[in-house]
Parts: sequence; C-alpha cells; structure tokens
Amino acid sequence: MTEVFGVPVAVILGQLMLGLVNGSFYAILSLGLAVIFGLMGIVNFAHGAFYALGAFAALLGLQWFGINYWAALLLAPLAIGVLGIVVERLFLRHLYKLDPLYGLLMTFGLALVIEGTLHQLFGASGHSYPVPAGLTGAFDLGFMILPIYRAWVIAVSVVVCFSTWFVIECTRLGATLRAATENAPLLQAFGVNVPLLVVATYGGGVALAALAGVLSAPVVLVGPLMGNSLVIVVFAVVVIGGMGSILGAIVSGLALGVVEGFTKVIYPEASNIVVFVIMALVLIARPAGLFGRE
Amino acid sequence: MIAEILHVSELHAYYGESHILHGVDFNVQRGEVVTLLGRNGAGRTTTLKALLGLVGKRSGSVRINGHEAIGLPPHRIAHLGVGYCPEERGIYASLSAEENLLLPPVVGPGGMSIDEIYGMFPNLKERRETQGTRLSGGEQQMLAVARTLRTGARLLLLDEISEGLAPVIVQGLLRTIHELRQRGYTIVMVEQNFRFAAALADRFYIMEHGRMVQGFAASELDGKMAMVHEYLGV
Repeated sequence: MTEVFGVPVAVILGQLMLGLVNGSFYAILSLGLAVIFGLMGIVNFAHGAFYALGAFAALLGLQWFGINYWAALLLAPLAIGVLGIVVERLFLRHLYKLDPLYGLLMTFGLALVIEGTLHQLFGASGHSYPVPAGLTGAFDLGFMILPIYRAWVIAVSVVVCFSTWFVIECTRLGATLRAATENAPLLQAFGVNVPLLVVATYGGGVALAALAGVLSAPVVLVGPLMGNSLVIVVFAVVVIGGMGSILGAIVSGLALGVVEGFTKVIYPEASNIVVFVIMALVLIARPAGLFGRE
Repeated sequence: MIAEILHVSELHAYYGESHILHGVDFNVQRGEVVTLLGRNGAGRTTTLKALLGLVGKRSGSVRINGHEAIGLPPHRIAHLGVGYCPEERGIYASLSAEENLLLPPVVGPGGMSIDEIYGMFPNLKERRETQGTRLSGGEQQMLAVARTLRTGARLLLLDEISEGLAPVIVQGLLRTIHELRQRGYTIVMVEQNFRFAAALADRFYIMEHGRMVQGFAASELDGKMAMVHEYLGV
C-alpha cells in the first residue's frame, strides 16, 4: 500500500475527511462570529455557549416533547436566535459606543452564566443524542468508511456557509449589511433602520451557532462545556481568515479543520496547537488576516 | 403641502462635552436653494448633521414638512423626505458604484429612475461595476449626489460638493444643481466656493460661532458683498 511519511494514504485520507467534518463546525461558528464582529464590533465570547444551547435545545426537545432531529434543525436555531435577540436588546446595545473590551467582557460573563446554568440543571456529564433515522449507516469510500451522518454535516455546512456568503456578497440586503459594517451612521441617515439590522444580525449569528450545536449533537456528547474549547479554536480561525471577513471565515474554517486532521496523522502531539501556530504566523505576515482588508 | 419645508429654531448640538451649535434659527421654503456660508468651524456641517440627528445630542426644534423631527432617530428623519450628501462623500468601498447608488431606501414618491439618473450622469453608467472608492473624485461626488435622487427625497442637504474638484467637474455639478432646482428640489448647501454658491442660491445665511448671524436674498447680494467678505475673511 502507498505510504506518505510512513503513513498509509488511506489513513491520511480518512483523517482529512474527519478534519473536514470538524472544519464544517469551525466554518459555521466562525461565520457567525465574523458577521457579528463585522457589523457590531462585538467579540462574541458567548458563541460557544449558544452552540451548547443549540445542542441542548435539540436534546431536551427530543426528551421532553418528542421533537425529532429534522424539526430541531429548524426550531432550535429559531429559539436560540430569539434568545440572542433578547440578549442584544437587554445588554449589548448599551455597549456599542464603548471600547470593544466591554462587549468581550459582557459576552464572556454571559457564557459563564449560560454554561453554569446548564451545569446546574443537567450536570457536567455528557448526554448522547441519537443519529436521526435516515442518516444512519455509512458510505464505503474505499479508503475509509464514512458515516453518512458526517457526510451530511459537511454538506449542510457547505450549503449554509455559501448561502450566507451569497446573501451578503450578491444581494441588496447584503449590500446594506456591508454598508452598515463600513459606515453605519451614514446608512442610518439614508433611512435604513440600522438598530433593527444589528439586532437581526446578532439573532442570525447566534442562530448559526445553535444550528452548529444541533448538527453536532449526534456526533459529540451534549454537555454544558461542549462549546468551551471549540470557541477558542474558532476565534483563531476568525483571526486567520481576517476579522469580519465572511469568505475568510468559511474558507479558513474548512481549511484549518483539514490541516488539523493532517497534523493528527503526521505528528499527533501538535494537532491541538497547529491552529494557533498558524494564527501566530499569519499575524506576523498579514496582521489583517488572510482575507482581511489591510 | 406647506410652503415651509424646513423650519429650524433654537437648535443646539453637542459632540460629547463640546457645545457646537448655540441656538441656530433658519428656514427654507419649498423649491428654494439656500446656502450656508461661514468660515471653517462656524458650525455649517454640524448644522446639516444636526438636522439629520447625526450629532451626539441636540435640542430645540427641527420641523421638516411640518413634522417635528428633534426626537426622531436618523432613519425616521430620512423618511420625512430628506436626502444627504456628506462632506466626505460617504462612498462605500465594499460596494460597487451601482450598489452605492441603490443603497439608500426610497423615502418618498417621485424619485428618479435608474435610467434617468444614468442619463444625467453617463460616467456612472459606464463605471457601475467599479468598486465605489475606485471612481475618480469627480465621479464619487456625482455618485454621492445621484444617490439622493433615486429615493424620492425632495429636500437635499449637500455638504461641500464642489470641494477638491477640477473646475470642469465643478461646472458639471453646477449644471446638475441648476437642473435639480428646475425640477423643484429644495436644496440646502454648505459651500466654501463662494462663486459656486452665488451662481445657484436664492438665499444665503452666514454662520459664525454656531449661530446664524445674517440672512439675505440673492437679489441683495451686491449690496452685501462687503459684509460677506468681512465674515468670510476673503
């Protein structure tokens, strides 16, 4: 069998595929972060907590009300998105005129409160969520057995990310969003209800995090801290892509998942830090990120 | 429809701790072109911004089309039929020329169609796919004016539109403003270029230290030149 670096190609391809699955989660999460940061200047540290809430919403929906996966895929982001809107109206809107540090502290505190509450109510241990009927089983790709559900995650992520990209880059609504990112006061003087745009964007970004949570529920253990380590990697992804860059968030999300997978094969000890090493290198070479405007 | 499209009284405006406007009073009749003159820092740009609610804090009264606007957020004020062309032009870099043109929402009936606007500014049609800030200075200024015409706004606030442009471009803008006046637009201009303003305005106000200190009609201009020169220091 062919080998690269003394590792069978099949193993490498398998890890790359798993990396792409992780990258799918990175992409959806960093996309939401990038949109929120771009428009609001808020570094949304609560993103991981909203991701966990999305997974819990799916889990509890199933256990308490018998809401199946497909309905949860729609309802959980909706419910958590509404929660995000409440958070924006109650807390974040008071912070826009202040230093971005306040937004970071506020959302960090919020993440602690959400995670603490989930811990209090449901305990620290993880709960498993069944793979939905219709997505069980696996594809035999020759070099690996790919569970159908993981292929589904990649497909959903690609569709969601590129539709979001399309809306922002190619539609009138997207042009308005880009303008608000660049100079919001002038846009408001033109007659655009910018506060409404901001609250809708935060709700949308949070809903994306919740969607990632629902998608992840069948492949991870659903627990209060599930978003905790993920969100740190996702922040690195956003920085690498370029703060506020939509395409940067999507492409770096998927690519870094793959890079991480590849590192697991050739030097497993480095797989947890490779994203941060890349972040450091990117910051030295291009401080605005790969896709950011200097 | 009332004749007085804009009535401003006792308008105070602040940026943070700085008190910029100290009780501005003026009015504009429908269809008039009114120019605000004054030295740099006299408060002319701030007056336009204060009309739109783009200052930190403001008080007094701003009646637009008979509606009190002092308590309204900027996006509601625009929907009273106000178009704005800011001093720095405000062309968006992340939008193409045409996206810039289509950006402001419609705020009233009777706005120009895209074809009409491209008829007035053929250059913009040619360069519609170009990134907004890659247009020349003159094209950006035309875009900034054109952007207000699609929306149906009948009261246009134009801040230093002739600034930094080549004479031939300024001539073109002059013709544009003439045409807009003939179409019945009401225009409030802030101008540094006195000759540009004199060729267009029906009335003038002179500002100093955040107040209107003089107001007179274009027909009185000849007799007022000495005073104007004194205020403007030209």
